[in-house]
Amino acid sequence: MNIEAIKSIYAFEMARTRRTLLQSIVSPVITTSLYFIVFGAAIGSRMQEVQGVSYGAFIAPGLIMLTLLNQCIGNGSFGIYFPKFTGTIYEILSSPISMIEIVIGYVGAAATKGLIVGTIILVTASLFVDISIKHPFMMVLFFVLTAVSFSLFGFMIGIWAKDFEQLNLFPMLIIPPLVFLGGSFYSIDMLPPFWQAVSHFNPVLYLVSGFRWSFYEIADVSPVVSLATVLGFLAVCLTITAWIFKTGYKLKN
Amino acid sequence: MAPIVSIRNLTKSYASGFQALKGVDLDIEEGEILALLGPNGAGKTTMISIICGIVTPSGGTVTVAGSDILTDYRKTRAIIGLVPQELTLDAFETVWNTVAFSRGLHGCSPNPALIERILRDLSLYDKKDTMLRHLSGGMRRRVLIAKALSYEPKVLFLDEPTAGVDVSLRKDMWQLVERLRASGVTIILTTHYIEEAEEIADRIGVINHGQILLVEDKKALMAKLGRKQMTVELAEPLTAVPDALSSYGVTLAEGGGRLVYEFDAAGERTGISSLLSALSQAGLRVRDISTEQSSLEDIFVELVGEGR
Repeated sequence: MNIEAIKSIYAFEMARTRRTLLQSIVSPVITTSLYFIVFGAAIGSRMQEVQGVSYGAFIAPGLIMLTLLNQCIGNGSFGIYFPKFTGTIYEILSSPISMIEIVIGYVGAAATKGLIVGTIILVTASLFVDISIKHPFMMVLFFVLTAVSFSLFGFMIGIWAKDFEQLNLFPMLIIPPLVFLGGSFYSIDMLPPFWQAVSHFNPVLYLVSGFRWSFYEIADVSPVVSLATVLGFLAVCLTITAWIFKTGYKLKN
Repeated sequence: MAPIVSIRNLTKSYASGFQALKGVDLDIEEGEILALLGPNGAGKTTMISIICGIVTPSGGTVTVAGSDILTDYRKTRAIIGLVPQELTLDAFETVWNTVAFSRGLHGCSPNPALIERILRDLSLYDKKDTMLRHLSGGMRRRVLIAKALSYEPKVLFLDEPTAGVDVSLRKDMWQLVERLRASGVTIILTTHYIEEAEEIADRIGVINHGQILLVEDKKALMAKLGRKQMTVELAEPLTAVPDALSSYGVTLAEGGGRLVYEFDAAGERTGISSLLSALSQAGLRVRDISTEQSSLEDIFVELVGEGR
């Protein structure tokens, strides 16, 4: 195992976060604070409780997930796309490192950043609304598994993307609808039966539901199903990543 | 002694159907400087990229220090340094960090003293905290070299190291290559500048259309293929080559003011003395005589021309 190489890639990626502190940390915190002011304080104060939890508190896990997914996909994809774009990928490819080490370095850094931002959002949220965490272990498990699997998903997008347009396709166009329609801001009970059924095809529903369950013990789907979904998604991402490195897809000629 | 890099029947076809390498065989001896000459698209960079792990070969084998580049890539890549042709660097990193990063990628623990020495050797130390995007082209080239040296490779590939580099930096680069060779590093460089190969290489390989046309000791190559030319400046111009001289194959140049005679410097008889006496017998007055040897460039143009 080339530990020095993993450390180097990880440190390199984390240094990029420090250089872009405003964009990496401050911007998501401000955005989330705005959500809490608008949905939590302004609109939420006029809404009834959802499944026994105040509306502001109800949306907190979903907002953390929204940020976590965006951060992990953004960081995971950019980290590997940029060397491809500038050509510095030659150095990674000609180094004595294995696929697993490359993934640990890039995905580890992306997940770390996602978790840092997610934690800051959680702390910010607790300033606006009462948050209780009934199952801290499960909460951390969902948090970490989601961060790792979506960073890996981002990594795959970074390898697949051939330009900035494709790179931004998922974070800008695909993730927001999935998160907004995945029960982040409402319980799917509130939807008409048809849309309830459709929602069950949205993987983000399971993430948000499981994550919210670890906070308040309320869920749209069973937490076991949620956990299985996250693990399944992680397994799919790992399989595709392994295939990418085996074939050199878009990395090597 | 076994060669440090051994290439056997190496082929590469791209998905587009383009065959970049058509069965290359090449042995590179430890400690030598091998210059690979070839026009654009000859396959130089493809060959280097395969050895370094950036491109997957279609067929054939390459071993470096006895280890296969595919199955034993950790061993081979740890001792191979690569200075790519393109100036590819992260815009926002500092000189020091990017060099330290390369060392880490190759599995070496941090060694600030070594990095300082490398940067000083390359006159980069006072720029160590400068962001790479603020560096000039020549400086970036040096940073790429510093990165490749940061993990003390045994085999160093320099892909057109002096392309777009000014004369003084080019001379610096040649000195650096000399120093590296003195420390036991094997160096393979590709170049368009024939004078560069002539200046620093021990052996010269010529590659074109994905095939090695020849690999030979530089001096032997120049002696073997080197044509010498004697130019005789005449006191009075001629309108035609006199019959007495026609058997020597001389030609007229400069409006008849010069006679040009080509001969094989390595041959037993050069024919110079008999030509000179024939000149005086023909009553031609000679003002000056000069000889010059064909350069590697001429040899190269001739070889590559044949391959077309």
